[in-house]
Amino acid sequence: MEQPQLKAGPITFSKPSKKVVSRRSSKILKHKLALMGGIFVAVLILLAVFAPLIAPYSPIRQSYAEALKPPSSAHWFGTDTLGRDLFSRIIFGAQVSLKAGLISVGLALLIGVPLGMISGYFRGLWDDLIIMRVTDAMLAFPSLILALTLAAVLGPSLNHAMIAIGLVFTPNFIRLVRGEVLAQREREYVTAAKASGLKNVHIMIRHIFPNILGPIIVQATLNVAAAIIAEASLSYLGLGTQLPTPSWGAMLAEGQGYLQQAPWISIFPGLFIFVAVISINVFGDGIRDWLDPKIK
Amino acid sequence: MSIMSDPSVPEKILEVKDLKKFFYAHKGLIGNHRQEIKAVDGINFSVFRGETLGIVGESGCGKSTMGRAILQLQKPTEGSVTFEGIELTRLKNHKLRKLRKDIQMIFQDPFGSLNPRMTVGAMLKETVQTHHVVKSNETKEYVENMLEQVGLKKSFYSRYPHEFSGGQRQRISIARALAVKPKMIVCDEAVSALDVSVQAQILNLLQRLKKQYGLTYLFISHDLSVVKHISDRVAVMYLGQIVELADKKEMFNNPLHPYMKALLSAIPLVNQESRERIILKGEVPSPLNIPKGCRFHTRCPFAKAICSEKVPELEEKKEGHWAACHFA
Amino acid sequence: MVKDLLSVRHLNVGFDHQFGHTAVIDDVSFSIEKGETLCIVGESGCGKSLTSLSIMGLLPKGGRITDGKILFQDHDISHKTTKELSKIRGKEISMIFQEPMTALNPLHTVGHQIAEVLLAHEKVSRNEANQKAVEMLKLVGIPSPEKRFKQYPHELSGGMRQRVMIAMALICKPDLLIADEPTTALDVTIQAQILELIQELKNKFGMSLLLITHDLGVVSETADKVIVMYAGQVVESSETKELFTHPKHPYTQGLIKSIPKMDEDEEELATIKGTVPSPDEMPEGCRFVTRCPFAKDICHQKKPPIVNVGHEVHCWLYSDDNVKGGIPLVDNV
Repeated sequence: MEQPQLKAGPITFSKPSKKVVSRRSSKILKHKLALMGGIFVAVLILLAVFAPLIAPYSPIRQSYAEALKPPSSAHWFGTDTLGRDLFSRIIFGAQVSLKAGLISVGLALLIGVPLGMISGYFRGLWDDLIIMRVTDAMLAFPSLILALTLAAVLGPSLNHAMIAIGLVFTPNFIRLVRGEVLAQREREYVTAAKASGLKNVHIMIRHIFPNILGPIIVQATLNVAAAIIAEASLSYLGLGTQLPTPSWGAMLAEGQGYLQQAPWISIFPGLFIFVAVISINVFGDGIRDWLDPKIK
Repeated sequence: MSIMSDPSVPEKILEVKDLKKFFYAHKGLIGNHRQEIKAVDGINFSVFRGETLGIVGESGCGKSTMGRAILQLQKPTEGSVTFEGIELTRLKNHKLRKLRKDIQMIFQDPFGSLNPRMTVGAMLKETVQTHHVVKSNETKEYVENMLEQVGLKKSFYSRYPHEFSGGQRQRISIARALAVKPKMIVCDEAVSALDVSVQAQILNLLQRLKKQYGLTYLFISHDLSVVKHISDRVAVMYLGQIVELADKKEMFNNPLHPYMKALLSAIPLVNQESRERIILKGEVPSPLNIPKGCRFHTRCPFAKAICSEKVPELEEKKEGHWAACHFA
Repeated sequence: MVKDLLSVRHLNVGFDHQFGHTAVIDDVSFSIEKGETLCIVGESGCGKSLTSLSIMGLLPKGGRITDGKILFQDHDISHKTTKELSKIRGKEISMIFQEPMTALNPLHTVGHQIAEVLLAHEKVSRNEANQKAVEMLKLVGIPSPEKRFKQYPHELSGGMRQRVMIAMALICKPDLLIADEPTTALDVTIQAQILELIQELKNKFGMSLLLITHDLGVVSETADKVIVMYAGQVVESSETKELFTHPKHPYTQGLIKSIPKMDEDEEELATIKGTVPSPDEMPEGCRFVTRCPFAKDICHQKKPPIVNVGHEVHCWLYSDDNVKGGIPLVDNV
């Protein structure tokens, strides 16, 4: 558009005061939520790190006499079919689940973001033909089956499961980042940066990246949740965490058959997955807002 | 260093020869029905050191594309752009980047041309550091001085673009361009988004800085009164070509091309007694489908048979006054 | 005395939000006679668009008329319900906007949209309405109207779309046309065409015109009367010629002086220092005080009086006390 006039219409005119006020109030609320999320994530990490010190029992000690006991003062979260203490297993399970969630998404970010940025920034044949076709093909595949195949090829272990999940999530990030970069590179501040003689790499890292960080964080936090579940599925099929090491996902799966008699076996790990995911999400939103100078 | 032999002959700082920029639109699902959009279609002009050359034209005339093609922000399809004797169109990337220090640009949109995630200081600092303008430990002080030069406070250094009004943002853009000590600045609709009282502030600032730093401006705008105020010479564009080029006074007192005459008569003026108004018929034809002969003949009130057949060349009709019209 | 078609009296508009209320338009009054053109001129954020939207009852969310009357043909329409207003809108008062692309529905043909307005207000058949729509397209100077009738808004150029908007606004032959920056998005040559068209149709239909613009040139060439607004208030109102030959308010003077002139060469442009204060930090007294080169103590304290100096100016510089006190008047540009 060549014609000028960024005229402030009546709406923009009326808004400033209102916007500032309502933004401030919702900001405080969001701040609190993000803070709570952050605290909870920190608590989970501490639990995972100091699991041996905190857990009242060994997570793998079996006792048939204690099997399928409901929550009590001795076993806060009850016991499972093998009489293992669920509270201890959840604390130890945090190690596996958080690791699986964070590392696999970290891997996806590490590969996906640079590829997406290069692909979106430079465009061209190899971007359209190679990167996009490959990611499209990968996205067209049901992700769990792909992860299963990869994990099976690599051999069953938690590390391999994390790599498989990471690779399967990578196309999401390539797609997202590429799209965001495509939108940003048409913005005038990028042209202005080019016109002032900055290097492409510099423009990508210092100018474009901060402007696409928001959606990346949101996608990443969502994927952490998905990764925790995916690890659970792989473990359930015997391709992830090996028994008897506890993971939340595997525990959730184990309880499936006993939902009638002993619902606590599934409820507590489910609850922890749920709360961990929500915490990571609001914490991610908080970081995104904190990074935005307009909301700060 | 310039090799000037005769100081009475003004030195060309920028020379544009037969510059063309075409875009391609694909039509149809199958096959390759490529349509050419001739946004800039053979432009020739020179800018002399120390002058302001105004480029004026309506939206879609290709003036912004031309500005970007000159700066190699969009690779020209054809033609040459010479800056201080260096051919820009064939320059390697890293050399071009270094040269950008000398020829800077200010954009129209003060809301879009500043990175919302960077502080004013960081933005200015990075260009200053990229081009090694001052020693790195002096950068901050230098940038703060630059902000003061354009009428902003030193304390704005650590603030973000959204905290400023349109006029202030445009000052930031100017400071950023100026900070690398350029020789020439291309202003693309630099004051068009501003209210008239703020526009006047920015125009005055640009004038002052030009004198102070001995700058050369290529000033692109759709606003005739602004172009008239700031320019030494003016070129008028229509559908990707220059139709008239002359000294400012000559151009506004004695326009030759019917398009320029119509433009002049179309601007609503304050306090003007009734004047003869040329209302142009119709609208600017699409650059996909440029009329044969003179591109303006479809709207020209004086068009004759020859106009739809023969292309009028841009000729020097009087000394220093060029026009592309069979009857001028 | 000629009766006023529209008379806005002491209009106040403000916005409600969760933390209270922000007053935006403060005590705006003006009137338009039949067949007259009134311009409201001012820079972005002065409240000129909001004033016109209040007349149409189209204030954005949270906006409300807090005081004052809007008399249209002697009826107060300031507190009518949406249903009552919809009978007036499009039929007796019509409006055209700056960006016709956003004001037209992209999913319907332009002909359909024009006919729709007629169908909403008059008992006619679809066929008659369509026929009328084609006639209107022809009237607003659109070539081959039958063909254009079937086109969608995106297929037309900016100037053509504005013509379609005008056709839509005028199909019911309204008494008042409100045009909010109708030519701001257009090129000068197209602007000239559209302004001429509006003028021509205004005379043909005997309408009154309320033109909102930031462009003093447009005002000078089209208006009979002008009101100048600044930060939600009227600062000066006058016959057009009088205003441009004898602007009295320091803001009007500054505004006129800051336009680059076509007929003379000036080294430096006159400017108005600073920027418009935001609605939250409006100064007490005169709202222009923060930017006025002639500001006195009283300007900071009390709202300026309306002084008649051949026309009305809202400024302390011209009040009797000041003149007697020997403070020189600012005169002429």
